[in-house]
Amino acid sequence: MEQSISATAELPIHIRAPRAIAQPVLIVLRHVGRFGMLVMEMVRALPDWRNWLPRTMDQCQAIGYGSLFIVLLTSGFAGAVTSLQAGYQFTGSVPLYVMGAVVAESIILELGPVLTGMVLAGRIGARYAAELGTMRVTEQIDALEALGRNPVSHLLLPRILAGILMVPALVMLANVTGLLAGWWAAKSALGITDSDFIYGTRYFFRTFDLWYSLIKAEVFGIVITAVPCYVGFTADSGAEGVGRATTSAVVISTVSILVLDTLLAKLLLPS
Amino acid sequence: MIELRNVRKSFGTQLVLDGVDFLVETGQTVALLGPSGTGKSVLLKHIVGLMRPDSGDVIVDDMSVPSLGRVELTELRKRIGYAFQMGALFDSMTVYENIRLGITDDRQYRDKVFSDDRVAECLRQVNLLPDVARKMPAELSGGMRKRVGIARAIAGKPSYILYDEPTSGLDPVNADSMDALIEQLQHELNVTSVVVSHDVRGSFKVADRIALLHHGRIRLVGTAEEFVQAKDEVVREFLERDFQVLEAGH
Repeated sequence: MEQSISATAELPIHIRAPRAIAQPVLIVLRHVGRFGMLVMEMVRALPDWRNWLPRTMDQCQAIGYGSLFIVLLTSGFAGAVTSLQAGYQFTGSVPLYVMGAVVAESIILELGPVLTGMVLAGRIGARYAAELGTMRVTEQIDALEALGRNPVSHLLLPRILAGILMVPALVMLANVTGLLAGWWAAKSALGITDSDFIYGTRYFFRTFDLWYSLIKAEVFGIVITAVPCYVGFTADSGAEGVGRATTSAVVISTVSILVLDTLLAKLLLPS
Repeated sequence: MIELRNVRKSFGTQLVLDGVDFLVETGQTVALLGPSGTGKSVLLKHIVGLMRPDSGDVIVDDMSVPSLGRVELTELRKRIGYAFQMGALFDSMTVYENIRLGITDDRQYRDKVFSDDRVAECLRQVNLLPDVARKMPAELSGGMRKRVGIARAIAGKPSYILYDEPTSGLDPVNADSMDALIEQLQHELNVTSVVVSHDVRGSFKVADRIALLHHGRIRLVGTAEEFVQAKDEVVREFLERDFQVLEAGH
């Protein structure tokens, strides 16, 4: 081993440099390939609904009901702060009814889906990666396979389907809470009337905004569950492997949300 | 019948199995001995298709395991009970649910009355009380977890049982009781078994034949008597400590 390391170090720079670049690329490609295989396994497992359906219900409860408090809390504060900051910037320069539009559009287009996504990436992502990673290192996944049962339909499909179902629902609730909190903050701190706030909200609102929010929520829901499931499912052995999987799952999900947020804005919003 | 033919397996640069030939006749119990880290569990995982050999073949019931498709492999696995080293119990499920998951026939698995009876029967066979069924794996001792793992392995009425280090981590009294349980199950269920262990004394008790895995190869296969009489230095060295204990016991 030592010999091979020293041999690599002695290689000329024109060989070492491409190798240094190619190695991470190969690692990424390997993960993309394995992830693709796992997705195919999930599609194949869809007819096995007797196994994944009841477990999906359990996971829906864990994601939906379990995350409700933190999601509503985050969106409520985000709505209130958006309202107060907009008031600080706009008072005296634009009509107050614009506040309604600023709060509603900020919450529906950006803060509702992205903040909910971030919160769930931490809460659900860490949980899924740690659960599946621990199951991997304690041979529970091997045991499931050895019993002739499909780990994909027992473990992965229910979690990802629960994300697809529950994250959009949570985002819509976050939107409502953020809007109400923003409304309340604008009313109590800036003295805007209900009719002005509603007028501003409706004046700039387009139905597509809600669809946009929903599409983002759906995409984030897939990322928040699929990435940690993959990372946990393929975790290395030992406590260190589980720790690494958990950290990677949260980091990759969070970065993916930010990247996808930008991409979706570019692709879906008319400029 | 289980047969491994010239199986080689490596992880990265580490060669674990270096051309293993291993045969278990139907109805026999074979103990696979060897020091920790010699690839005994790796060998066991090849039999149930959890790992694929780099080269060579693994034959179970006249079928080549590495070349089986998804459906055939699933069907084969239903005929093999696998008792994992640390139990590998699903820690979010009760003991009842864990054992029930071992019922490999889907229709029987969904039949609540059948499942209840089968779980109770399996608990009795591994000498555990019925009220253990309500407990979570975290509430069980190491020995009980291993027993529940065996109960789950036999719940599907398999033709083969693979035991991965059934006595490791147990005190001598519990280890003896585990050996007795393995013997009892051989008589009750009439299955073909492979017991992976580094416990010489226990292996001598439960196995019809014993194999020693050393440096990725089977060093010796034979009866307990043939092992005792073996002149091979590696075999003698491996048995030495337990011989001293046995001799001191006699």
